[in-house]
Amino acid sequence: MIDKSFADIGAAVADIFDGASIMIGGFGTAGMPDELIDALIARQVGDLTIISNNAGNGEAGVAALIKAGRVSKVICSFPRQSDSHHFDARYRAGEIELELVPQGNLAARIQAAGAGLGAIFTPTGFGTLLAEGKETRTIDGKDYVLEYPIGADFALIKALKGDRWGNLVYSKTARNFGPIMAMAAKTTLAQVSQIVPLGALDPEVVVTPGIFVQRVVAVAAAPAPAGSGESQ
Amino acid sequence: MNRLNREQMAARVARDIPEGAYVNLGIGLPTRVADFLPGDREIFLQSENGLLGMGPAPAPGEEDPELINAGKQPVTLLAGGCYFHHADSFAMMRGGHLDICVLGAFQVSTHGDLANWHTGEPGAIPAVGGAMDLAIGAKRTLVMMELLTKQGQSKLVEQCTYPLTGLRCVLRVYTDLAVFDLGADGARVVEMVDGLTIDDLSRLTGLPLARADQAQAI
Repeated sequence: MIDKSFADIGAAVADIFDGASIMIGGFGTAGMPDELIDALIARQVGDLTIISNNAGNGEAGVAALIKAGRVSKVICSFPRQSDSHHFDARYRAGEIELELVPQGNLAARIQAAGAGLGAIFTPTGFGTLLAEGKETRTIDGKDYVLEYPIGADFALIKALKGDRWGNLVYSKTARNFGPIMAMAAKTTLAQVSQIVPLGALDPEVVVTPGIFVQRVVAVAAAPAPAGSGESQ
Repeated sequence: MNRLNREQMAARVARDIPEGAYVNLGIGLPTRVADFLPGDREIFLQSENGLLGMGPAPAPGEEDPELINAGKQPVTLLAGGCYFHHADSFAMMRGGHLDICVLGAFQVSTHGDLANWHTGEPGAIPAVGGAMDLAIGAKRTLVMMELLTKQGQSKLVEQCTYPLTGLRCVLRVYTDLAVFDLGADGARVVEMVDGLTIDDLSRLTGLPLARADQAQAI
């Protein structure tokens, strides 16, 4: 019997290693897998590369991981916000490297990794600072920048419900990067509010097929604080 | 002259958004446009974090932390609206499926270059978000901004001095003093507030300005 569910959240993150690259879902606090991150913080691993839309909001989630000094590099689209103080301090102290990626290119590069593509040509960023030094090509009269896929050793994502085969459905705009990160990481961990029996999820509305998910952990549904901080 | 306030600017932009348009309103001032969309038009608002058919802010106490807009503020979903993941959301932009995108700006050049993500100041932590995708993705990228900085410098310029967000992507700029169409031939004045002349606008902006074919008072 295949059972991807983990009763112990600590066991689910037990093989995350020093220097690992980790995708973390979420747009601000919506979709941020706080409990998985707390379990990761409880392990003494560091030098992590974090791939996420933001570089932490407030005190929980990615912000807590950065505050704990475990992160050496962040790949994201929008680090600077009113409540990104933990990132700001570490970045200004030279302790964290930042790779800034336009949000749509971040999504496309993650999706490319999950889809097994060698690279993509994207029009976004052409002629700007963020494309400096990158290969370009004109296709049908339009200018594109060559961008490479972004994969990761692990993805930590948050969904609403999952089953023991790893099928997932999400909650509203907390879906955001979850489905594409699940595809792009070697090992994907999904925290869900509820693990349901096989067949309980309508196969017509499954968003992430279980093939993209290796571990499912149920955590108590706890509403996150209302969104804070401005962002794009 | 009757300089438009921010509500009037938002109302002016809203007037140009037709029935059935798929529209992304950037964070900040453009978000206000939603308040002036006429109720008798069905217009689809997209938010980059994965929703189409975005509704107004919820009633106090009805906020859902998992239902937010790109500015991370609580919103609602209209009946018929839907959710999707980030790659689909940006495919809507990049793939040319959005009809209109309205953005704020630090500077716009007369041929449509946009600078709105980074001041380039030393020590500033850069953040781009979806700005570059939005700038080049929609069929029509519109900017709304005050024409002059607080120091009186024109934000409509010959060449942007701030780092660019996108090249030759802005078609029209709505300001508190005038509406401009942009293109390879430079800026053309579509409308001006009462009491302003083309010469006044040229003096304020330091730009050679021509009147569009159908210029009129706002």
